[in-house]
Parts: sequence; structure tokens; C-alpha cells
Amino acid sequence: MENLLTRHRNVTILVVVLFAEVVGLAVQVKRTSDTDSSRLLRVWTVTAVSPLEKAFVAAQQSVRNTWHSYFYLRGVRAQNQKLQEEIEQLRLQQVRLAEDAGQARRLQRLLGFKEQFIARTLAAQVIGSSGSDMSRVVYIDKGAGDGVEQDMPVITADGVVGKILRVFPTSSQVLLINDPSSGVGAILEKSRLQGVIKGTANGELLLEKMMSDERVEAGDQLLTSGGDQIFPKGLPIGVVKKVSPGKDVFLNVQVKPAAELSRLEEVLVITQVVQRQPSAKEAQASMRAVDILASRLPSIPDNPRLPSTGVPLPVGATPPAAKPAGSKTAPGAKPGVTGTTAQAGSTPKPRVKSGQTAEAQLTGGAVKTSAPKPKAANSAANTAAGVTSTSAGVPPTVTKTPRAAKPTAGAATGASNPADQKQPGTAKAEDGSGSATAAPNASAPPKPPTGMAQNPPPATPPAEPQP
Amino acid sequence: MNVSYTSREQIEVYRFSLPAAIFIPLLALFLQAFLPLRLHFFEIFDLPLLVTIFMAVSRRNPATGLLTGSIIGLLQDSLTHQPIGIYGIAKTVVGYGASSLGVKLDVENSGSRFLLVFGFYLVHQVIYLIVARGMVGQDLAWRWGHMAFAAFCNAALAVPLFMVLDHFKQRG
Repeated sequence: MENLLTRHRNVTILVVVLFAEVVGLAVQVKRTSDTDSSRLLRVWTVTAVSPLEKAFVAAQQSVRNTWHSYFYLRGVRAQNQKLQEEIEQLRLQQVRLAEDAGQARRLQRLLGFKEQFIARTLAAQVIGSSGSDMSRVVYIDKGAGDGVEQDMPVITADGVVGKILRVFPTSSQVLLINDPSSGVGAILEKSRLQGVIKGTANGELLLEKMMSDERVEAGDQLLTSGGDQIFPKGLPIGVVKKVSPGKDVFLNVQVKPAAELSRLEEVLVITQVVQRQPSAKEAQASMRAVDILASRLPSIPDNPRLPSTGVPLPVGATPPAAKPAGSKTAPGAKPGVTGTTAQAGSTPKPRVKSGQTAEAQLTGGAVKTSAPKPKAANSAANTAAGVTSTSAGVPPTVTKTPRAAKPTAGAATGASNPADQKQPGTAKAEDGSGSATAAPNASAPPKPPTGMAQNPPPATPPAEPQP
Repeated sequence: MNVSYTSREQIEVYRFSLPAAIFIPLLALFLQAFLPLRLHFFEIFDLPLLVTIFMAVSRRNPATGLLTGSIIGLLQDSLTHQPIGIYGIAKTVVGYGASSLGVKLDVENSGSRFLLVFGFYLVHQVIYLIVARGMVGQDLAWRWGHMAFAAFCNAALAVPLFMVLDHFKQRG
């Protein structure tokens, strides 16, 4: 026997090694829980490899930053301008969405719904991968020391990336959603049909459990459903790429991931998700359109003075020094446009109390001028009164005054929103030299009505009562 | 009868210095984990396998070859999220086979190296798929076209890579 083993020493070693590996593999497969028995080897390997990866990533980042920040600046000016325009568009869009969200929160609160909020995220750099197309995982440079825990969702700005599978002291392993062993609860944005997103061996995404009689079309957006208890609801997963008949009664739905899973560089780990009811204060919080519009428009000096030529100020324009006593203009309140008062050329009366300026909200793309919210006023009066409510191009001839908000008590002046001032009577004010008696927004920077004339607002819908 | 298809001069046993024996596999693992993030096509290559084959055929010792393959495979397994041992088993067999074949074949020229890597890549993938499907229960498809293409790419990469690695060989 001993002679046989000696003669076939190499084969014996091969058999022994293979046997040991097969047994080790079988032990790991047998265990349903995480394979703690192999953790030590994983930690060693990751600890040996990840410092190199981190160093390379850092070096690559610094070289790239140096190149992009100091050398390759071609087209930056044009790009900056384009981005600024895009930001303005997005801010306006944000106002509309914030209004929608506010409405949704109010409804949720009324119905007692609980909502998940992403309370805290942790930015991380992708430093490595498994290096195998059989295992779609990546490594990030944040680990247990940074507060990362198992099963935390990982996202990018574009969409869902995966979840934390294993946590090491200074790095973590992220299982991508296109791995065959991963699964994400998904919901189709339009039809609200729910399914499960699974990865394939090719690295593609499939939406499973969709019956063949369901209506799924290419281009449909997929969001997380929250049913997997890992990903918060509503995160983008991807877009339906192709729909074809699958096995049995199910559809074969191919999905294009929203996040670039093959080109990940920086990701966000959601470290805290809060589930709570939206508060009433939060439900009412919304951005004012004047804030947005004010920042878009060219400004005029805070303290317009008579030009040296001696040309008088336009009709209706009142220098700040001429403000009547008792007129409380909030810090930052500036000459705006006199509304009906300006037309008449009369001395504007102080109607705006500091912090109680007329509020305009953009809803569905329309500028909605709502009432100021005097402390004494009830909610109905708040929404309906005290505002010069105008439509685009229609002179603001009707001024509603809130009952509870008397002028002396700080009710709003007629000129609540520069957007509503485009009218023949205010043509002189459009030269940018006019001053205002009332600040459209106490917190907004000084803005002339000029831009408003260039950007006439859409029709104003009636103010809605706040719940 | 011991059959060898090489000349006497071609059967030379090489060895590697300790730093080279440690750092070359580690570097291969690092590159395999790092490069696919930046160069997505690099995923098709298997640098640890190429290093395993190179070391096995250079040493021409089946025991050393299979142990080298086993260690490199287990380390590669530990970077994945799968149970440790799938790559280990596959590379153990490849290491043993490559070193055994290295004794009998001339593996110093580019043509034989190309064919050697092409063949052992296919062997490696077949063993991997058998173990992954049979033992771990993974739902992996047999993609013969992709496998053949990957084998060709790896073999093509192996030729220049082995020339570089030849500089680390020391006569045993």
C-alpha cells in the first residue's frame, strides 16, 4: 500500500486535495446561512487585495481630477452655461414636483399611510470586482468601520445597484442586481404590476412572474416595490427593453438597468431608512415660485436712486426711502412691482407684513398666486384672500382682501407676484427702474419685473384650500 | 514506457523565487479584480488561470502544479460571493494537468503555449460548470460559442504574457 502511494504520489496528492476541496465546498453548500466557515479566507484575500485597489483608484482619481481641473477645460464655459440653464429648468420642475409631493403627503397623512424616507446615505468608491462573469459583485471602499451593514441597499443617482452582501473591516462586497442569485421586488410605474427582477448568467435583467395576459410594453419604467424589505419603494430599477412569450404562462421581460452596472465608480449606500407618517408641517411645506423666478430674473439695485440726469422715476415707482411709516419689509425684500396701486400712481399702502408676503406656487406648470398666511387668518381665508389674483395678460383689477388680514395687521399688498404684473399699466416698471411697495417674497432677493414681462406666466388656477 | 515528445534540452525544470511565487499570483488576482471595472471586456480573461498554467508547466512538477492551482483558485473563489472551492477544484485539475503535460510536451514556443492555454481553458470551464451546476446548484447555461471565444482570447493573451513571465523563471 505504501509502495503504491509512493509510486503514485502525484495522483494521491491530487485526490487528497480534490477531496478536501469537495468536502469544504459541500459543507458550505449544506449551510443555509452565510458561510462563516469561509469568512477568514475571504477577509485575508480582500485585505490583501483591497489596499492595492484603493491605491490605484485614488491615483486614478487624482490624475483624472488634475487633468480635468487644470488641463482639459475645453468647452467648460459652454457646458457651464448649459448646466445653469438646466438647473433653472430643473428648479422650476422641482417646484411643481414639490407641490405634487406635498399633496401626496397630505393625502397620506389623511389616510394614515406610512412612508419610507431615505434618511442617510454613505458615498463609497467602487474599488474592485470579483473578476469573474460568474459572480457579479463589486467591492466598495467602505466597511464595518464606516457603519456599513449587511443587506443595506446600494444605489446611484440613476437607480438601484445592489445590496451589501458581506462586510469587511474597511471594505464591503456588493451583490449587483444582475447576478443570478439576486432578486429585487419591482413594480411597473404605469400599470402598477408587480414582479421580481432577477439577474441572468449573461448579466442581463429579467422581470419574472409576469403573466402572459398582463400588459407590459417596452419602455415601461420599473421601480422598486419595497416588497423585498431591502430596497425602499420607488427607486428606479430600469426600463423594459423587450417583451416576448416565455415559459408556460409567463412573459419573458428583459429589462435595461437604470444604473450603469458595468461602469460603476461611485455609489451610495443607504445606511438609514426611516418609516414615518408625513407631518402636517412637512405636508404644507412647498417652495414658492417667486423664489425660483426671482433667482432667474435679472436684478435691479436694492436702492434705486435718481439718475444723475435728473430723470424722474417712473410712475408708481417709489424709492425705498419713501416707504410709508409702518411698512415692514422683510430683510431682503426689494423693489418689486406695484400692482394696481402702481397703475393708479397712488402711494402704496403697506399691506405686507414681514414674513407674510404673498405666496405664489407653481402647480402643474401654472403660477398659482395664493394668499399670504396671516397668523390670525383661518386657512380658508389664507388661500383665497389678500392676493391680486390675475391671469396672464389680464390686468389685475380685482384685489381680494382677506377678512382676517387687515392691512394694518399685515395683509398683503396687491403686488404679490411679479409674474402677475405684466400689463399695460406696468409697462414703465418693466424698464427695471421701478421700485415696489410690497415685496413679492420677503426672503427672495431683489428682482425687477422685467423678466416677468419676458416670461409671461401661464393661467392662474384658483387657489386650493390647504387641508 | 515513458513517452516524451520533447528533446532532452527542452525538459528543463524551472523554479521561481519566493517573492515572484507570491506576488505574481497576487498581482494576477488584483488585476483580475480591478481591470474589469475600467475595461469591461477584460472580464473575459482569466489571469489567475494563465498564471496557474504558466507556473505549472514551468515547474513540471504535478504536485507543485496542483497545489499552486489550488491556492490560486481558492483565493479567486474568496473574491466572489459563491462558496469557496469551485475555482479551487477547477484550477487544481488544470495545475495538475498542465504540469503533467509540461513534462511530455515542448511548451516553450508560442504555438504550443497557445494550444495549451486554449485547451486548458476549456477544461477549466467545463469543470467549473460541472461543479457549479452539480454541487452548488447554480443555474448556469452552457454557452459553447462564448466559451470557445473566451478560450481563444485567453490563449492569445497567454503568448505575450508568458514571454513576460519567462523573465521571472530561474533554472532549477
